[in-house]
Formats: sequence, structure tokens, C-alpha cells
Amino acid sequence: MASPLVGYLLVAALIFAIGLAGALTRRNAIMVLIGIELMLNAANLNLIAFWRYGPHPETLTGMMFAIFSIAVAAAEAAVGLGLVISIYRHARTTDLEQMNRMKG
Amino acid sequence: MEVAFYLISALAVGGALAAILLKNLVHAALALTLAFLGLAFLFLRLDAQFAGFAQILIYVGAVAILVVFAILLTRGSELPKEGVFSKTWLVGLVIAAGVFAILGWAILQAGPWLPQATAAPAVTVNDIGNLLMGRYVLPLEIVAVLLTAAMLGAVIVAMHEKEKTK
Repeated sequence: MASPLVGYLLVAALIFAIGLAGALTRRNAIMVLIGIELMLNAANLNLIAFWRYGPHPETLTGMMFAIFSIAVAAAEAAVGLGLVISIYRHARTTDLEQMNRMKG
Repeated sequence: MEVAFYLISALAVGGALAAILLKNLVHAALALTLAFLGLAFLFLRLDAQFAGFAQILIYVGAVAILVVFAILLTRGSELPKEGVFSKTWLVGLVIAAGVFAILGWAILQAGPWLPQATAAPAVTVNDIGNLLMGRYVLPLEIVAVLLTAAMLGAVIVAMHEKEKTK
């Protein structure tokens, strides 16, 4: 009988890899942010799964990690999308391959 | 492992795959919502009710709406002529596949040493609140400051600057 953790960890690894593939292969800046969000969520799933099957779930350490991680990810999403909107207003594009100048 | 776990995992992984592969950005954002919902159900299955409902409220509710707003504000619903994947997509795919291979190998190698199924921990939202106001009060305050600063920063960055456009 395999540990129930294996299934959750494999799902988390798969979602992390999908998010990484999306962040690395898409041209649109918003899609890169979506990939990063998926990777953060996969990490949260790992934290919750290890909390649930870890030795001391009553101390809630993993759960706290996941809750703070969700809060930081929300802040990251707001700032990232604000930056994308700002760049779009400036350069009229969200295509990352056309953003090849450091000078504005 | 039960059927419910496989169904929820299929929802989460399928949503994530669709979010990455769909060409239309609005469709991708909706698929992303499905993936977040599947992950919230996985949290609930892991007896983490608070994190599961926080996931639904924050990700399915707020972040998905934020993504849709950003897509519409940048006219991302129009398909680009040169395709949605970058020129170096093969390199990215190989890196992602390599990362998954390493992670999967590590998980399967560690399989026999991982803990067996245990009884669900008796944790209430009351305990979470007590810990947040007790042991974790300093991180909570820092997160509060971080969120305030991030929201102000996002508004200032995305705000229209009329003086500069003249």
C-alpha cells in the first residue's frame, strides 16, 4: 500500500511542470503570470499535503505556510498585472518578444 | 486512493493544461479558474477546510477576475499573427519535462519512506485564529504591510499618467 502522499505530490509536481512550461513557452506576459500562479499553487498543494500527513499536524505549521503563501501570491498577482497594464500602455503590446529594449 | 481523488486531480491537471494550451486568453483564464477550483477541492480532501475556502475566495474569486480584467484592458483577446508560443518553445518544454522527471523520480524513490495514512487532525478555525494572533502575529503583520504596499503599488503603476502623455 503506497502512501497517500505520493498521489498528491505527483499531482503537485505535474501542475508545477505545466506552469513552468507555460511561463517559459508563451509569448503573452499575462500567460507567463498565469504559469507563475500555477507554480505557486502547486507549491501550496505540497505544503498542505505534507502538513496533513506529517508527524505533528496539530501545530498547523504547513497550513500557516500555505495561508501566508496564498496572501503573498495575491500581492504578486496584483503587482504583476499592474505592471503588464502599464507596459501595454507604454509599448502597445504584451508580447514579450517585442519587449527587447531597456530604454523607454 | 479513491475515485474522487482521481476525478479532482484530473480537473486540476486538465484545467492547468487547458490554461497553458488554449490560444484565446479569455478561455485560458476560465480554464485557470477550473484548475484553481480543482486545487481547492484537493485542499478540502486534505482536511484543510480553511485553506480550501481561502483558495476559492482568493483565487477563484479575486485572482481570476484580476486576470480577466488585465486581458480585457490589454486587448489580449485578439489572437496575435505570429502565434501564441515563443520561438524558443522547445527549450522551455524540455526544461519543464526535465523538472517534472526529476521531481517524479524523487517522489517515487521516496515512496516507501513516506508516512502512511493517519486520522484526520482535529483542527478548527478557532485554533487557526489563535495561532495567527499568537505565535504567528508578526508574520501576519508583515503580510498586512506587504499587501497594503502591493495594492498601493499596483494602483500607482497601473494608474494613467496624464502629464506624461501630453
